[in-house]
Amino acid sequence: MKIAIPVNDNNLKSGVSASYGRAPYYYIYDEELKDGVFVENLAASDSGGVGVKAAQILVDHSVEVLLTPRLGDHAAAVLKKAEITIKKTSGESVEENLKDYLEGKLESLSEIHAGLHGN
Amino acid sequence: MKIAVLSGKGGTGKTFVSVNLAAVAKKSIYLDCDVEEPNGHLFLKPVDEDEKDIKVLIPFVDDRLCNGCKKCVDFCAFNALAHTGTELMIFEKICHSCGGCKLLCPEKALSEKERVIGRIKKGRAGEILVYTGILNPGEASGTMIIDALLEEVKDEKGLIFIDAPPGSACVVMESIKDADYCILVAEPSIFGVHNLEMVHELVELFKKPFGVVLNKCTDKNNPSEVYCMEKGIKILGRIPFSYELGALTSSGEIVVNQHKEYYELFSGLLKEVQDEATAHS
Repeated sequence: MKIAIPVNDNNLKSGVSASYGRAPYYYIYDEELKDGVFVENLAASDSGGVGVKAAQILVDHSVEVLLTPRLGDHAAAVLKKAEITIKKTSGESVEENLKDYLEGKLESLSEIHAGLHGN
Repeated sequence: MKIAVLSGKGGTGKTFVSVNLAAVAKKSIYLDCDVEEPNGHLFLKPVDEDEKDIKVLIPFVDDRLCNGCKKCVDFCAFNALAHTGTELMIFEKICHSCGGCKLLCPEKALSEKERVIGRIKKGRAGEILVYTGILNPGEASGTMIIDALLEEVKDEKGLIFIDAPPGSACVVMESIKDADYCILVAEPSIFGVHNLEMVHELVELFKKPFGVVLNKCTDKNNPSEVYCMEKGIKILGRIPFSYELGALTSSGEIVVNQHKEYYELFSGLLKEVQDEATAHS
């Protein structure tokens, strides 16, 4: 199972990004391999449709779980259709969030914001 | 002759200048391209309005034909498409109706359908023909509505005043693309200069002849006037900062119809604009 987290840079110390769509990288952790990779978010600098494209990146990497502090409606629509589980992060540490998720401690992300379309 | 009126921000006086110029010109056409919040009609009060819907083409997918190759997803410059592994999702409000996805689809799984994004109205206010563009709330871009407005008047030979949206984004570029001359309306503040600079850069880029109307002038230092002097920009006219002008305008009045003084101010401005536009044509 692959778990994705939006991160501020391509290292684990950079922390969970406050934005899902505009995060510069996603850390994609493979539970079986017990290792992860940093995937550049090519959507981050686009002017629009960022959530849609960022969701496509996760789908293309066969991600099954997303841990994020927040999420817009377009991205949520794609991720839900792709049956990706969405959990809300707690705190900024990437490793802590992964650990919490694997121990079943993270809650589902219930609030989907209306997106920042055009902003 | 098409004269576009623009400014770098809202509330500078584009509509005020446009409707009053149209009023002194008498036989003219007024085009409200500020499609997100058109308000020229509040002053001109057009009657006998005709209305028509403006539609854009957006893709829709035949799921039986789509094989998930994602050529359309990768192609779309606006990220309006996503493929979830089982189905293609189309985000209609992100789509800019370029039609590229349909052209590119090797399986011919995409076709197009119409979607209404707003409407245009055409009415009459005395001798002024009034066109108003209205973009439906929540829509991303008004350029197609503006395009439809300009299409309506493309063969008209008389004086046409194009009231542009604020700023210098796509909708403003669309509004001025056919203009023979641009009037930039500017406020007397540092912030006003910044906004003036934005539209100044835009009209230079579009190689449009232009001049500036200094609105809300006081007897204090006017940074926008200084900017015009430094850049050698033609100042077409100065409108005073006045309680009476504000009160009349906020009551939906066309000031040139209220006072001879204002009629003369705008007649002078119109003459200046026409002379300038003719000199540059």
